[in-house]
Order: sequence, then structure tokens, then C-alpha cells
Amino acid sequence: MKAQSRFILTVLAFGYAFLYIPLASVVFYSFNASRLATVWGGFSTRWYGALFENQQVLDALYLSLKIAITSATLATILGTMSGFVLARFGRFKGRTLLSGMVTSPMVMPEVITGLSLLLLFVSLQQLIGWPGQRGFSTITIAHTTFSLAYVAIIVQSRLIAMDESLEEAAMDLGGRPLRVVFDITLPLIAPAMIAGWLLSFTLSLDDLVIASFVSGPGSTTLPMYIFSKVKLGVSPDINALASIIIAVVSIGVALAWLVTRRSAKH
Amino acid sequence: MKNFIHIKGLSKHFGDFVAVDKVNLEIGKGELFSILGGSGCGKSTLLRMLAGLEVPTSGSIEIDGTDITRMAPYDRPVNMMFQSYAIFPHMNVARNVGYGLRKDGVGKAEIEKRVDQILELVQLSEYKTRKPDQLSGGQRQRVALARALIKRPKVLLLDEPLAALDKKLRERTQFELMNIQYELGITFIVVTHDQEEAMTLSTRIAVMDKGRFQQVGTPKEVYEFPTNRFVANFIGTINTFEGVVTVVEEDKIQAYCDEAGETLTALGRQLVEVGQTIGVAVRPEKIFVSKERPDNQEDVCIQGVVDDLGYLGNRSLYRIKLGNGRIVQVSSQNRRRSVTRFLEWGDKVWISWTARSAVVLLD
Repeated sequence: MKAQSRFILTVLAFGYAFLYIPLASVVFYSFNASRLATVWGGFSTRWYGALFENQQVLDALYLSLKIAITSATLATILGTMSGFVLARFGRFKGRTLLSGMVTSPMVMPEVITGLSLLLLFVSLQQLIGWPGQRGFSTITIAHTTFSLAYVAIIVQSRLIAMDESLEEAAMDLGGRPLRVVFDITLPLIAPAMIAGWLLSFTLSLDDLVIASFVSGPGSTTLPMYIFSKVKLGVSPDINALASIIIAVVSIGVALAWLVTRRSAKH
Repeated sequence: MKNFIHIKGLSKHFGDFVAVDKVNLEIGKGELFSILGGSGCGKSTLLRMLAGLEVPTSGSIEIDGTDITRMAPYDRPVNMMFQSYAIFPHMNVARNVGYGLRKDGVGKAEIEKRVDQILELVQLSEYKTRKPDQLSGGQRQRVALARALIKRPKVLLLDEPLAALDKKLRERTQFELMNIQYELGITFIVVTHDQEEAMTLSTRIAVMDKGRFQQVGTPKEVYEFPTNRFVANFIGTINTFEGVVTVVEEDKIQAYCDEAGETLTALGRQLVEVGQTIGVAVRPEKIFVSKERPDNQEDVCIQGVVDDLGYLGNRSLYRIKLGNGRIVQVSSQNRRRSVTRFLEWGDKVWISWTARSAVVLLD
């Protein structure tokens, strides 16, 4: 019994170590005073300071946030609509196709999604002259495409769990269909939408592969910037930047989890 | 008076499945009408068509002289209490109850007054600001009732109103529901699978099966004078003996029933012919068990053996085996207090009933 629990604890410790030591070491070295990224030279926050003086980093961060917020919002609107259609419109013609298409970006390799979107944008440009330049708009569209899938799934499952007679009761009491959506449906699926938004936001902020495919000259997102810097060797300010991203993403995921858990209780 | 609600040839098909099949019905103002049937008999679909939540395939519904067949649910003078109660989880009791009035654009002060009134009626005044998840099952049921009543609908539809409550609470709530209905004079249509509930609540009952009404009548009528085998078996228990008609008189028929090994007499209200196969049916509580042969020659009298017995406190159930192996169920009141049993397993007994108690079943 005791030997067994010790074994389990050891396995657990190794598991956590495997998952979190790389992350912890990034955070640890971000406070390194030394210019050499892997040699400890005492505690310092100078790399954080240096980061905020680096215009390239700030530009990339600004672009990434702009894309993340826009695409998360678009994905939440479109994803909620698809989730609604999938959960509430019964068996209509093309339902299987729609549900397959909505969820396909989740299982499709990112390289394929990126490549196909790039091809789409290039041919669109040749056909109708838009998008003239790849950058903010194309990356936002690409991110909306794959984030939408997650929002649709979350909203759909929330709607399926929700008692349909709530909406019927509201209608029976004199609520017109559109009013019922605002009075009953939206307040009840709001937690799912918020969770979906937060998830989309973090997904967009993380993405390197798809953004690399569909971005153009002059539009570098934060992950792209980091990746290009690392190719020349790990510099300590990148550690600082990575630590900030870890913090932001952790908070986003934790919030999404909290919101879903709270909504599940109701 | 009788045709306050008038349903004519109402049908609902889901693909090939016929949920409700050409139903005709008239319900009077102020009635407490029950639709009774097993699951899948079409009773809920019928109720949903009255609420406007399902569109009928054919037929029409009129309420108080107005055709509402194609009217949207939010325009109908009808409200519904849902089986799940469907209480809005993000609104407190007062906001739930006042929802219908808010959608009608009633003024704030008026809403508050009427919410207070109706909450007092259902005895929930002190729960006004509670959230639904802080309420018990019985309280939620009353919130749902208050919310459906507050708009003073011409008709209130109740879908299994008591099914989610435990037995004791259900009995109490039954009477509360009847009092409220009496007080407000609103026509109630209750859908239920519980025959006891339907019997105690209703002025009239429609027994439904396979999308059709098998019988419509007062609780007494459907229990004492069932028109067919389904109704006879669905409401309470009944012993049915299959037989062939031998004699037809003005108000009485005789049929030879092989299962009983006797010629049975029944008061027949239906038209039957000699040679027709019918069922002669008797309720368990109409049968008398005795050790001696009763002397009344008018009665039907058959000999049997006690095959099984059950003591239920207020009454005892007996399963009597006839000479040909047929089991007859008998229920008798335990009038006298006694420790010893009046009958034991294997006792030879006589069962008897008057011709007046037997029912003729045609189909």
C-alpha cells in the first residue's frame, strides 16, 4: 500500500517536472542578470525593462493583441451562430456537412490550414484585388476560422444541456422570438460565449504556424518575432517576453475554466 | 357553455408517425379537464398544439369563438405550465412571475401589485427575491403555476403538473390546484399519466391512446362505464371474461364465457347481437368473496380457490383460481380489526357479484 502510493507520487512528480520545468526555467532565467541566457549572473529585472524599450517587440505585441481581440470577437459571434444552428435547428439538409466543416480546423494540421488559406488569399487577390496586402486582416480571418470551431463546440454543448422549454415558456408568456433570445437564451449561454472568447484569444496569441503562412511583409506577430529571434540564439529578453506570455495565457485559460465551471453549476 | 374550447379534427403527423389522429373535443368554460394516457399516446403533442408550440397538420382549435389554430404562442390567450417547470434560472421569483406582464408592456407598479397578489395566492410571498436554485421542488412548482396564471389566461395548460413531486406533497398540491382553479374560474387542461391524479382533479377525463380519444367522460363514467378494453384496463384493474352473447333482453344481456365456465349476465347499454363475441368485465372491488355460497340467486356465483393474497392495511387483495385455471382478482375492504386472516392460501371460496356491476366491452 505504502510502496504503491510512493510509486504513484514519484510518477506524478516526474510528470509535473516534465511539463513544468521547461516553463519554470524560462521564467527563472528571465530574471537573470547575465547577458548569456543559460548562465546565472544574479537576480535582475533589466530584461523586462529592455523589452519595453524595444520598439520591434512592442509593435509585434500590439499587432498580436489587436489580432487576438478582433479574431476572438469575430469567432465568438460566428461560433455562437453556428453552435445555435447545430444545436437548435434539428436535422436540416447539409447539417452533417456544416458540423464537419465547423470542427475540421480543430483536427486539420495547422500547416494545411495555413497553406490553404494562403492559396485562398492569393487567388482572391488575383480575382478581385483583395486583400491587397497580407497582414492584419488576413491573419485575423485565419485565426477566426480556427477559433470559431472551439466557440461553436462550447456553445453547442451548452445549448444542448439547456432545457428547451425555457425558451418555449418565455414565448408562451408573450415573448417574441427575438426578445426571447435576448431575455433567456443569451444570458444563459453567456458563460459559454465568454469561455469561448477567452479560448480564442489565447489560441490566436499562441499561433505561429498559420500566421507565418498568411502574414505579409511588415506584419510580424509576437510569436513570429520570438521565433525569428531564437533562430539567432536565445537572448535573455526573449525569456522575459516568454514569461509575460506564459502569465497572460495562464490567466486566460484559468478564467475560461472558472467561467465554464461556474456556468456548469447553474 | 360547452364549447368554450372547440377542437375539430385535429391531427399532428411527424413524418409517417401519427401523434394525434383527428381528435374532436369540446371543453366548457371553467372546467378542469384531464387528458390521461401512457407515454407516447399523443397527449403532450395535443397540449403543445393548444399552446402553439406545435403546428397542427390538419384540423382547427377555437377558444371562446376565436380560431387560434395558426396563432403564434405569444399571441394566444393561453398559458402553459411546463413539466420541467422551465423556471428562468437567472431571474429571481418575482422577475420570473412578472415576465409575462413585462412582455405585455404592463406598467411597473401594476406588475408589482399583481406579482404580490399571485404570490400570495400560491403562498410564496416571502420568497419573492429568492433565486430558483434556492427553492424546493414544491416551491418551484408554485412559481411555475404563478407565472402561468398571472396573465389571467382564458385557458391554463398543465403538463404533468405534479409528476416531479413526492407522494405526500402531490396529494396536498392536488387539492391546492383545485382550490386555485375554483377561485380563479380559469379553464384548466391537465395532461397526466397518473390515473389517480386525473380522477381526483378533473371534472372530465379524456383517455387517450395511439393519438385518439378512447373515451371522454366524468371520472365516474370512465371508471364505472368504460367503453372499451383499453379504457377498462388503463384505469384501475378489471377482470375481463371473453364470451359469446346468448340472450339479448331490453336492458340486459347474457353471454356464455368459457373462461368463467358460466353464463354471465350484464347490464348492457351497447347494442349487441346474439352470437357476437364480447368481454364481460368486473372490477375487483365489486366482487364479494365468501366461504359459503351466497343465497342471492340473482348474483353471478363461481367457485374457486385462494391462489394468493396480499394484505394492504385498509384492504386485502385476493387472487382466486377458478376450476379452469383462470385467475380472478378480488379486492375487499378490511372492515373488522383482526389479527387472524379471514382467508388462507388454498381455501375453497365462492366469488359473487351482481349483474349490475358487470360491464360489457365490445372492443
